[in-house]
Amino acid sequence: MDKFEAAFNELIEKELKIEPRDWMPEKYREHLIRQVSQHAHSEVIGMQPEGNWLLRAPSLRSKQVLLAKIQDEAGHGLYLYSVAETLGISRQEMVQQLHEGKAKYSSIFNYPTLTWADMGAVGWLVDGAAITNQVSLQRTSYGPYSRGMVRICKEESFHQRQGYEIMMQMAFGTPEQKEMAQDALNRFWFPALMMFGPHDKDSAHSSQAMKWKIKIESNDHLRQKFIDHTVKQIEYLGLKSPDPNMKWNEATGHYDHSPFNWDEFWNVVNGNGPCNQERLDHHKKVHNDNKWVREAAAAYALKTETQVA
Amino acid sequence: MESGDKVWEVFIQKKAGLPFKHAGSVHGYDKKMALQNARDLYTRRGEGRELWVVEASNIVAVPLDEADAFFDPADDKIYRHPTFYNIPDSVGHM
Repeated sequence: MDKFEAAFNELIEKELKIEPRDWMPEKYREHLIRQVSQHAHSEVIGMQPEGNWLLRAPSLRSKQVLLAKIQDEAGHGLYLYSVAETLGISRQEMVQQLHEGKAKYSSIFNYPTLTWADMGAVGWLVDGAAITNQVSLQRTSYGPYSRGMVRICKEESFHQRQGYEIMMQMAFGTPEQKEMAQDALNRFWFPALMMFGPHDKDSAHSSQAMKWKIKIESNDHLRQKFIDHTVKQIEYLGLKSPDPNMKWNEATGHYDHSPFNWDEFWNVVNGNGPCNQERLDHHKKVHNDNKWVREAAAAYALKTETQVA
Repeated sequence: MESGDKVWEVFIQKKAGLPFKHAGSVHGYDKKMALQNARDLYTRRGEGRELWVVEASNIVAVPLDEADAFFDPADDKIYRHPTFYNIPDSVGHM
């Protein structure tokens, strides 16, 4: 082991941070690039299901708030692309990998948002699950990723509260609205829980990532934390649990849940969810439609920046 | 990278009197766009009163394999620290 590797191991051991110019194992770098680019793409693709409701938001207030939230998601995507860029990959390469299907994004965004209550469920459950994961990632061993997570977590808490506010309005509204709230909860509950990834025993990348402290807490641990936290929020809304087997287990000190439908999860991950094609096509289309803007910006910069003495 | 697109490092001063702090990076084709993008990305909630952007390629850093030797001269000069000197308690705080 050379002194650089020893220094790397010591930083990990002491729970200090690895910085972009430090020596790191190639596998550590590759793992981070894959994880961070997946995370970045998720933020960006995640704007689409919410954008679907922007022009149909029921009030000016809700429209303003939703717009601010979507803007944050774009920002989070950009923070994360920046983090990945410190590891030696360009944003352009990452976008290309997304378009070629080589890079993934969270499969939750391949589900459609059918009613306004879905905007509630997305903020409450999807952002809620993401926050649970991101709070844990604030302690990740890679410095820029950790700092990005701190920034993102500060901004995300507004997202979850915004979602829950919509759920309250719907659940306490007319019977039809309450039904929409229940339906949104039913559709998003299991996909949101599967956002935490496969069970620990089946998670190929997890154990090495935990050794390197890229991940601090396991998929199952975080998922359980989220479930335990969310049950009383479902109860407050007066909605029924989407899982008939969800009950308090005195022995474990946690809520039990039904087995998940992993076949569905992998089917969506592998491209066969209800909106996979639509999400990717839209991203490609916008990217290509905006090509002229990038070209104009480059031409303008060439003209103006070279004149500086 | 796409032609003309550049990465800029962003530094934010939160309040007057505080030092500028590195916030992250941003893409932009020219200085003005880099500043505007940095504002939209890093100061959406009043995080700053001042912003600097510097083209990432203009940052000069110590090469990793020279860092030990580079900072070495500071390690053995304990007489640069106030605790090196013995001053009697009776003279008061110094």
